[in-house]
Amino acid sequence: MYILYIPVNTLLKILTSANNKSLHLAAGNGLLDRRLFLQGGLALGGAPLLAATTVAATPARPDWMNRPGEPFSHYGQPSPHESEVARFASPNRVWRNNGVSWTPLHRLEGIITPNGLHYERHHNGVPQIDPDAHQLLVHGLVRQPLFVSMDNLLRYPLRSQICFVECGGNSNAGWNKTPSRAEAGYFHGLVSCSEWTGVPLSVILTEAGIDSTAQWLIADGADAFAMNISIPMAKAMDDAMLALYQNGERLRPENGYPLRLILPGWEGVLNVKWLRSLKAAAHPIMARNETARYTELLPSGKARMFTFTMEAKSLITSPSGGMVLQQGPGLYQVTGLAWSGRGRITQVEVSADGGETWAPAALQEPVLPKAFTRFRIPWQWDGAPAILQSRATDETGYVQPEREQLLAARGRHGFYHYNAIVTWSVDKAGSVSHVYAAQQEQSGADLGIDAGWD
Amino acid sequence: MLPNKSSLALISVLTLAGIDSGADPTAAGPNLGEPADRRAIDSHDRGIMPDGAGLPAGGGTAVQGKVSYDNLCLSCHGPGGLGDSGDQLAGAQMQLTDEWPEKTIGAYWPYAPTLFDFIRRAKPMAQPGSLTDSEVYALTAYLLYLNELIPEDREMNATTLPEVKMPNREGFIQVLD
Repeated sequence: MYILYIPVNTLLKILTSANNKSLHLAAGNGLLDRRLFLQGGLALGGAPLLAATTVAATPARPDWMNRPGEPFSHYGQPSPHESEVARFASPNRVWRNNGVSWTPLHRLEGIITPNGLHYERHHNGVPQIDPDAHQLLVHGLVRQPLFVSMDNLLRYPLRSQICFVECGGNSNAGWNKTPSRAEAGYFHGLVSCSEWTGVPLSVILTEAGIDSTAQWLIADGADAFAMNISIPMAKAMDDAMLALYQNGERLRPENGYPLRLILPGWEGVLNVKWLRSLKAAAHPIMARNETARYTELLPSGKARMFTFTMEAKSLITSPSGGMVLQQGPGLYQVTGLAWSGRGRITQVEVSADGGETWAPAALQEPVLPKAFTRFRIPWQWDGAPAILQSRATDETGYVQPEREQLLAARGRHGFYHYNAIVTWSVDKAGSVSHVYAAQQEQSGADLGIDAGWD
Repeated sequence: MLPNKSSLALISVLTLAGIDSGADPTAAGPNLGEPADRRAIDSHDRGIMPDGAGLPAGGGTAVQGKVSYDNLCLSCHGPGGLGDSGDQLAGAQMQLTDEWPEKTIGAYWPYAPTLFDFIRRAKPMAQPGSLTDSEVYALTAYLLYLNELIPEDREMNATTLPEVKMPNREGFIQVLD
């Protein structure tokens, strides 16, 4: 259970009585102007009102002030009080090295995912690679095949970019006939956002001298699965990165140490971890993971393949499934994340009445292309049942689809690339749960998604 | 510091390739890659193209492959490839257009050589890389046989494997976006 924002009814009353025009309802069922918190903070300081209700019970000098604290540490760890902020692992029931672990998006803030909480997708475990025994081979249709050692690669001019990486199979419980009861991050958290630092892939490819007939780059990983996949040369020469660092430190083993590909905005499986070789080729290799998997079966029986871009998606992370508006009716902040593999998020709209009316949320800076964008909007919950939704628009004008639109276009056996609007239901007790929109089926057997992660 | 001759050449190549590097001379690298010889490349390059390019010598039949399968694969993929904790590999009853499509090798995979590529690089999960090329051919043959695509005694090798026409060969739409 969670305790969300303590309602600040007083704040609202004060602001309302000030006859501030911006306080007019922005959409139905209590959604307020997105600037309210900003203005409230400026006018009233906000926090003291909260403090009055929360600090009263604490002693003047708590116990931890009466003895020396803990010593210095070589590598800091989260507070033991935050132990529930953890990935949720979902391995194959027999082969435990194959599966996924989910980022707890519903327990995080801001736009950067801590390195220890970045989602994982491993096909056969995490290799522990000695960087001195690891090289990158660039070969195939090149003028000069090259080996590049990790030490040498670190001497190239580095560049940083904040971007998300999202598994093609993220959110795929959405294809189910019955709404998943998993918490938001354990349903949508096969996506994480980091600052990646490395060498532009184009620099190394140019050094090797790519032949004009090479339209593809076949990447191989150094894990037990020897993961391989094909990448269009145009993307490789555009914004692809040979990533060495994640949020300032060298990659974590589970994120590809010592070297991985980052292809901003493209589905996770292409961002090959533990990168070992790149082969320039005229055609794709048609690997298992770009034919038998990571393709999307349509109702026609045909399947979409080479679906690279992760389309715009948004998600309210708080309040979200499993949470309780414990303090009853009052003012809450609705917040969440939006991202698009095609560029910047230009708008996130929020509805509190099941999509009848929508209000624009505030987009928190920085708003970066192909990165998480944090959105926020104040909501005055009146204590009645409510339906919360968010809807993202990106700079191409693409609008996140309704679930029924996505199902109509793709059927329900695509497994990958589920990006429909997410609906949270708030009951009169304040309990939040995942539902599908009212007009859709709510009952029947939970038939489940029709393919596993293997 | 003035750029040296090779980095100037690199910048012009990048410009020709349509890459905006002119404003940022650091976009050119220090050229620290070391030449890779053929033998080193061959030892790394294990990929098999869908037309069979890269397939090695050796060969095997379904009869031989069944022995390896029952020892190494059955515990996850079930008897006859019918699936268990691992994927269902054969025996699809439902079509791809049915309510519960079964995306087995015979029903879904577009290219037979992909099987060789995947088995050799990734299987068996407990000892990846341990199979001989002929064992991989034999396992490939057994899986194709289970999917009723080849007879039990048909040897799969570098010549015959690319000739196996997969039923779903034309089943994919290349979105490329």
